[in-house]
Amino acid sequence: MELRKDYFADVRKDGLHEIGQPRPRLDSPGHVTGKTAYFADRNFPGMLHLKMVRSPHHHARIRSIDTSEAEKHPGVVRVLTARDVPHNVYTILILIQVGPEDETVLADGKVRWKGEAVVAVLAETERAAQEAAAKVKVDYEVLPAVFDMEGALKPGAPLVNEYHGQNYYHYDSGECRKVRFGDVEAGFARADHILEQSYQSSPIEHAPTETTGCVVTPEGNDRFTCYTNTQAMFFTLDNASIILQMPGSKLHFVGGTVGGGFGGKVDVIVEPIAILSAKLTGRPVSFIYSREEEMQISSPRAAEKVVIKDGVMKDGRIVARKVTGYTDAGAYSRHSPYGAQKGAAHYPGPYTIPNVWIDTYCVYTNRTPSSAMRGFGVTIGDFALEVQMDKLARLIGMDPLEFRFINAYRDGDMKAHRQRTEGAALIECMQEASRAANWPVAEKYMAMSSYRKGA
Amino acid sequence: MAIRRGRGVAAINYPTGMNLGGDPTQALVHSTPTGNFMVTLSSVDLGQGMKQIMAQICAETIGVPTDRVIIDTADTDTGPHCMGTFASRGTHRAGNAVIQAAKEARQVMLEVAAEELEVNASDLETDGEGNIKVKGAPQKSISIFDVALSAHFKRGRSISGRGMFLIPRSYPEKETGAMKPSTCYAHACTVAEVEVDDETGEVTVLAVKNVFEIGRALNPKMVEQQLVGGSWMGISHALYETTEPYYPNRDHGGTDFNQYLMPGPGDLAKTEIIVLERPSADGPFGAKGPGEMCANPQIPAVANAVFDAVGVRIDTLPITPERILRALRAQAAS
Amino acid sequence: MAKVPVQFTLNGSEKAEFVESGTTLLHALRDKIGDTSPKGGCHQGTCGACSVIVDGELRLSCLTLAETCSDADIRTTAGLAEGGVLQPLQRAFLDAFATQCGFCTPGMIMAAKVLLDRTPNPSREDVVEALSGNICRCTGYEPIIQAVLTAARANSQNAA
Ligand code: FES
Ligand code: FES
Repeated sequence: MELRKDYFADVRKDGLHEIGQPRPRLDSPGHVTGKTAYFADRNFPGMLHLKMVRSPHHHARIRSIDTSEAEKHPGVVRVLTARDVPHNVYTILILIQVGPEDETVLADGKVRWKGEAVVAVLAETERAAQEAAAKVKVDYEVLPAVFDMEGALKPGAPLVNEYHGQNYYHYDSGECRKVRFGDVEAGFARADHILEQSYQSSPIEHAPTETTGCVVTPEGNDRFTCYTNTQAMFFTLDNASIILQMPGSKLHFVGGTVGGGFGGKVDVIVEPIAILSAKLTGRPVSFIYSREEEMQISSPRAAEKVVIKDGVMKDGRIVARKVTGYTDAGAYSRHSPYGAQKGAAHYPGPYTIPNVWIDTYCVYTNRTPSSAMRGFGVTIGDFALEVQMDKLARLIGMDPLEFRFINAYRDGDMKAHRQRTEGAALIECMQEASRAANWPVAEKYMAMSSYRKGA
Repeated sequence: MAIRRGRGVAAINYPTGMNLGGDPTQALVHSTPTGNFMVTLSSVDLGQGMKQIMAQICAETIGVPTDRVIIDTADTDTGPHCMGTFASRGTHRAGNAVIQAAKEARQVMLEVAAEELEVNASDLETDGEGNIKVKGAPQKSISIFDVALSAHFKRGRSISGRGMFLIPRSYPEKETGAMKPSTCYAHACTVAEVEVDDETGEVTVLAVKNVFEIGRALNPKMVEQQLVGGSWMGISHALYETTEPYYPNRDHGGTDFNQYLMPGPGDLAKTEIIVLERPSADGPFGAKGPGEMCANPQIPAVANAVFDAVGVRIDTLPITPERILRALRAQAAS
Repeated sequence: MAKVPVQFTLNGSEKAEFVESGTTLLHALRDKIGDTSPKGGCHQGTCGACSVIVDGELRLSCLTLAETCSDADIRTTAGLAEGGVLQPLQRAFLDAFATQCGFCTPGMIMAAKVLLDRTPNPSREDVVEALSGNICRCTGYEPIIQAVLTAARANSQNAA
């Protein structure tokens, strides 16, 4: 890695004692000696193991659940269903007043995606829990399911989630989050070229080497300690407190080093049911996702569809950009309404465009609920935007890098979501890339700056 | 049938933090009797090195070496509230909270030192090595070890501080979408070079040159870790990763590391990283969040390079050999 | 469930336990004996985080039955530092900043140790080959490869 200190030297104070120094990491010696404690390194006498019975169907009504055989299985201590969960219908963002509550801790009457948790089995060993889980009998009436976002948004599509009433998240702005800036139709009308293209991604898994999980132990004083690899301690504690209808003062969460997160460990999935299990059995409980659960059950990065329509002039200026973004939330909200909204603020990308129209939708389908991942709300949008930029440059016969210089945002420029650009550095990154990659651009672009006089 | 080369570019920016519900993080700092400093937080270290960075930020602010700072975090019985580690907010939000707490503690420390040295606190400075000196008269000094002892056992002062950093909630305006979704922005530009085998559809990323602008490299080696790992993940996203390869079909998803594809140690692109620092107005020492954006620009850069190589656009991720072959076939047919 | 006795040396000390027949070595080490340095990233042989050394061979402890390890000499990352002094391989991981979350690190170190024990001067290809059964999601592998190559150089300098 090379630090190019010559850029922005005038606005930076170097020569600090500790900041900017490549100090060794204080946690690494623990890693190389195997001493670092991860949540699963805690083992308590008498610890029970939790295994989930999961839905084999994408969408189904539950007619009945019979746990009697599972309960008789040797080593089984307790079997939990929706009835055992004090506040079974929840949504994590309710903490910041983003509802409605739309997801069940354990399925109640209905499942909405293949893999949804239905019954929790607690046993002395993992093996006994696994074997007993296979003995739980659930009678399902299979319902029509919808898997693609276009289909979900069509009239008459199967309703994925009754708590929403329609297959999209209803923002205060309506069926989508909107950004309106300038007059996009007027921009298209005067453009030399129009290009409309559609981009699509598939769900992506965080795939941390350490799977999601927690270990809970009753402290004997009505308090429960939860060792967890959540990315957000109080967020998880407060949600657990709501779901369990238990004062937060009874809960003690301990994290530590997490074996990779990438956004996959911000959902509140394992902790509430594990704490409830510890409470109802009086014993320590471990609930750790198998690798298969991590890959297919834990929330992935959402699939997205992005449609971009641009109006561009022969001289390289983009004069209008209209973006419609669709985020596939799967069956439940989790963080997706926020991800779609974050996308709305991110478009039209790091470019100054006078006329912008953005609609972003959060769509429900019968698949694994998606949630946050590294680059949440932005990563797939950037793929779409930057491939579109390449196409536009070629359309008007311009070098793709030079085309970006023409449109790059600079200090003081007004963004579509009505914030003035501050601290821009796109131009300098491109200048340095031009040098490093030996991709020459015209001298006037190399002379540009993100600074603007008076900005 | 041939191996064809191409290169592509992409440029991006990335917001630090989130605006959804207000974005607070707290920190507490106190000194031990012998002048070590304990930072108490509830932020989570995911492996990115949050603890180390908070230690360096606290050390710089108080004026002691980093190894005199201890980080106690991710325990809700001891640590004050933090929203969590996501949205590239850890360094920025917790870092600001630590600075505020450390400044308050530093002020008490200087006051105690001033009493010991019989000077004004405003005339004192730290040397970064564990001593407090009178400005312009460095021979007149006292060690932080002695200051802490004095505070505890003689003067009854608590060398401690509280830090709270809050970005208030921004409500998007319904019709225009006016909102403040984040604070500062990081930037990047990536040039990718690929080889595409037009017979098999296989893509090899030969090299990526990444330029990242991250505000301030608080610890350059740790920044490098993030950026190298992120660049790898970006390439992985571009070419391999998905839990539902035939989305929206739900079948065929990988359930383990044999089926869920990622580049292994034998499949690495030559990776060059260049870092620029334009300090942000509100970041700790100007830092922005580099951890997420570093995995974004490679994806379109690779997609554009594939087009440059074989003349077909793959607008659906991941860019698999199957998709490339189908596109080449369609191109040949038309 | 029938219990079977297992007895082996772990990092030089004698260990004896009764385990259920079918218990993996990973489970026995972590949950019975208390050496949590091998990590369970998949329990199905696809991540390498559980790697240990059994009689000089690299083994995935999640796929090894504890009862097949009677009288074996088992080494784990927890036993590598002698008298609390880090081995050059461990030092090299620190110096190369080759750990982030660290979850893959004990397995990586085991794989690298077996390589260096057999091939003191490995090529880059040798290192890549040796690490190819170990998943890391954080680092992008390059720092780990560099750490192993650096450790090899340090070893050969010490030997010279
Ligand atoms: S836990 Fe053994 S290979 Fe993953
Ligand atoms: S350092 Fe996190 S998996 Fe390798």
